Amino acid sequence: MALIRQTSPHTLGQNKTSHIMRLVLIALVPALAAQTWFFGWGIIINVIWCSVIALGAEAWILALRKRPLSFYLRDNSALVTAWLLAMALPAAAPWWLSLIGVGFAIIFGKQLYGGMGNNPFNPAMVGYVLLLISFPQEMTSWVAPLGSGISAPGIGDSFSMIFAGSAVDGWTMATPLDILRENKSLTMNELWQNSPQLSGMTGLGWFWTNLAFLAGGLYLLKEKAISWHAPAGMLLALAVLSLLFWNGTGSESHGSPIFHLFSGATMMGAFFIVTDPVSGATSNKGRLLFGLGVGTLTYVIRAWGGYPDGVAFATLLMNMAAPAIDYWTQPRTYGHRKPKRGMAKTK
Amino acid sequence: MSSNPSQGIPLRTIHEFPGGVHPGENKEQSTRTPIATPPLPNTFILPLNQHSGAPAELLVKVGDYVLKGQMLARANGFVSSPVHAPTSGTVTSVGMHPVPHWSGLEETCLVLEADGKDQWCELDPVADYKTVEKDELVQCIHDAGIVGLGGAGFPAAVKMSSRKASKIHTLIVNGAECEPYITADDMLMRERADRLLGGIEILQHMLNPQEVLIGIEDNKPEAIEAMRKVCAGKDAIEVVPVPTKYPSGDAQRLIWLLTGKEVPSDARSVDIGMLCYNVGTLVAIYDAITEGKPLISRVTTLTGAALHQPGNVEALIGTPAEHLLEFAGIQDEQFDALVMGGPMMGHTLDTTAVPVIKTSNCFIAASREEFPPPPPEQACIRCGMCADACPLSLLPQQLYWHAKSQNHEQLHHHNLFDCIECGACSYVCPSSIPLVQYFRAGKDEIRFQKAKSEKAERSRQRFEQRQKRLEAVAAEKEARRKANAEKARRAKEAKAAAGQSAGQNSADTSAADAKADMIKAAMERAKAKKATRAAGTDVATASSGKPARPQLSPKQKELKIQLSVVNAQIKKCERAASQAGENSSPEAEKLQADIDKLKQQQTQLKAEFEAASAPTEAPAKPAKAELSADEKKHKIELAMARAAVKKAERAVTTAKESDSDQLQTLQQQLEDKRRELARCEEAV
Repeated sequence: MALIRQTSPHTLGQNKTSHIMRLVLIALVPALAAQTWFFGWGIIINVIWCSVIALGAEAWILALRKRPLSFYLRDNSALVTAWLLAMALPAAAPWWLSLIGVGFAIIFGKQLYGGMGNNPFNPAMVGYVLLLISFPQEMTSWVAPLGSGISAPGIGDSFSMIFAGSAVDGWTMATPLDILRENKSLTMNELWQNSPQLSGMTGLGWFWTNLAFLAGGLYLLKEKAISWHAPAGMLLALAVLSLLFWNGTGSESHGSPIFHLFSGATMMGAFFIVTDPVSGATSNKGRLLFGLGVGTLTYVIRAWGGYPDGVAFATLLMNMAAPAIDYWTQPRTYGHRKPKRGMAKTK
Repeated sequence: MSSNPSQGIPLRTIHEFPGGVHPGENKEQSTRTPIATPPLPNTFILPLNQHSGAPAELLVKVGDYVLKGQMLARANGFVSSPVHAPTSGTVTSVGMHPVPHWSGLEETCLVLEADGKDQWCELDPVADYKTVEKDELVQCIHDAGIVGLGGAGFPAAVKMSSRKASKIHTLIVNGAECEPYITADDMLMRERADRLLGGIEILQHMLNPQEVLIGIEDNKPEAIEAMRKVCAGKDAIEVVPVPTKYPSGDAQRLIWLLTGKEVPSDARSVDIGMLCYNVGTLVAIYDAITEGKPLISRVTTLTGAALHQPGNVEALIGTPAEHLLEFAGIQDEQFDALVMGGPMMGHTLDTTAVPVIKTSNCFIAASREEFPPPPPEQACIRCGMCADACPLSLLPQQLYWHAKSQNHEQLHHHNLFDCIECGACSYVCPSSIPLVQYFRAGKDEIRFQKAKSEKAERSRQRFEQRQKRLEAVAAEKEARRKANAEKARRAKEAKAAAGQSAGQNSADTSAADAKADMIKAAMERAKAKKATRAAGTDVATASSGKPARPQLSPKQKELKIQLSVVNAQIKKCERAASQAGENSSPEAEKLQADIDKLKQQQTQLKAEFEAASAPTEAPAKPAKAELSADEKKHKIELAMARAAVKKAERAVTTAKESDSDQLQTLQQQLEDKRRELARCEEAV
């Protein structure tokens, strides 16, 4: 009888990439629920729509590349990109905006680099930044949160806003980070009183959404799908910098640490974006540095840059630095006195 | 030092090593029954290389009758180990046979047919080892063929005989047995704790360590209990349970666990004052010293889902695995893979015909469900789980990239050669990437490249030295030529100067000038003398050589040249023929025909030459003159035809080598040319 010949180890752990991706999707559910609660059904419609686009785009390119479709589609990585981007887009983002963003993210941000595992940049952030630069008007038209005086759109309204192009003006409001950016004259207290969407700690809806992302992130940590290093680095940098430059409640204020930690895309970025293993640094020390970098750049862009939120730009900038970080943060190998640093010396 | 262990159980700090994994243990299947003794097989297969180091040297020949325990092959050098007869019987053959090696290649084995009497040879135990010198004990252990039974198979005597071994302070006894499935050491400690202690005490006597630490994973409570019982009251010996985590049984991991000390990357444990022995090795040492028994059997775990009665056996070295599998109730319909060693580092075997060797700690007869074929490899997502699992803090995810792109500098930079190939990274990889396989391939590739570049370097040096030698010879020649020319010129000048200075001397009255001239003249005379001497020898050789050589007529000369050409051709053809013969090429016959033809020509030419030299030259000349009109033309034609044939043949061979599509046309041309040659030959 023919015995099987194969290389050791002969037994494998049960962890699978598709399983990790599924965990990420599960961890996104609380935030999805919070966003839907505060910003209406548009977010759910967008998530479904983006998933369709992502799977379609991925399948198309895989077919062009003559790769087995179901094997690669089942790794769930396209879905993660789609969900992250859908949850970063405004709830009433028109259908074509998602199409361009997700299509670009999957085709250019991921597959053209060689598919999963080979993309130097976070695909979701690539798509997001493309849209932010190209369509700033649409990208900043956030539906007003529940309780801000404007009633949230229902399923029908959301459908017509996304697919029929009906005007969104009546439903939208500036986001807290926008308000802070645009504010030149009011003190913080006045600002908070004048803007209904700022009520509730760090902004109506935004606080709870961030909290939901944090909960999802803690779940991922518990499941060991991510390590604590990158999120800790990002949150630490953001907290320290916002504390350092927190100049009180005057009109020039950049906002309190709590405001920065629980507003915009902070928690989503910390637990779902900078933890992307493919485009981030890979050693634990490297991840900490990577997170610190993203946090620092995010604050710099928020406080002094030209865009209200900076997580996407900060992530892409740090993605570029990830290989260098990896070369300089090798851990010390057993039996060696010092860790190796930098690039290998070529002969 | 100051703490006295007997005052109470000392709390030893366990130094956790980074990484590690917890694969399913699967140890309970094989620990239900005590160590069994399978029936004696009829045939034993004994590989001469069961250890690291040089293969053993055969001492017996086919047909010899040997007794149990008799040395069949002796150690070839110190880093080698002898092989002993596992039972009494007859040596029936020596030859290549499948062995349990991951290469799947066959090795030289000695086949022993058992006579069933199982009769021991005369044993020579050491009566009281405490009165015997260390060196003698080392020799006993060496002669008993004891190697590391944990898996590496390093000759046990080598480690303890190094100069550094006399300075060791800690003896580590490895009873961790971290690989899943394997329970050989566990059962051995449970059943033979006293003999194990005996082995430890022998090593204590030999090496005099300050303390002995017995590391046992805490999933073996019975073994820990048994060892604690026999070691009670022994001050310097401590049984230390270590947390169950793969690969804690790796010697350096165990040293870290027990002492927190690290063995530097370029050193061995003995360099930091520690030696590590597997429990099985120590029992073997005890048996060898106190009973004089060489290593002819070991405890082997037989397990896996395809076995009806898994368990441990005291297996004689050389027993075919199939015999043991039969004993353990192999179920053929379930049997899918045979693994020697554990599931993490063991290797699959192609056949059950392989024998038990000294390092066979376990055979797993696995079913398809047990060790399923690995799922297809997915892309690496750099999740870093491999880095978290690596007990050496390597970055397997980075090594993987560099191994895939064969970036050898980066592989070195990421310390590939520190990898112990434990397989923890492959085990945890969510993308099912066979990382260890990439690393093995990377290591092999680097070793191969290194050997290649070393070889190229040697060739380069050889070439350069040859070039230098040739240059030196050429320079010497040139110098000699120049010197000769100079001498000749000087001689000429001296001759002229001698005539001149004779005239000048008489004319010139200045004493100083005269003196200078005299010196010059003397020098030149000497030079001239030397030159004439040199010239003289030349002349002498010329005159002595020339007359000896017979004067050859132009006809004879021509014939002689032709003869030598034919001789050379014959030699060449013969060489080609012998080569063709070796390759059993169809051209051999053709070449042989050529040789015959050439030989005929040779004899003809010889005859002609004799004819030309025997009679006076006068009649020969006109004969040649008469022939020349016709024959000259034919001969030229013949030579040309021959050259054309040769050229065509060369073209055909090159075409054959390069698989050119012009082969047919070229062969056609060759045939044409050959016909032409035949025509010419006829004409001549």
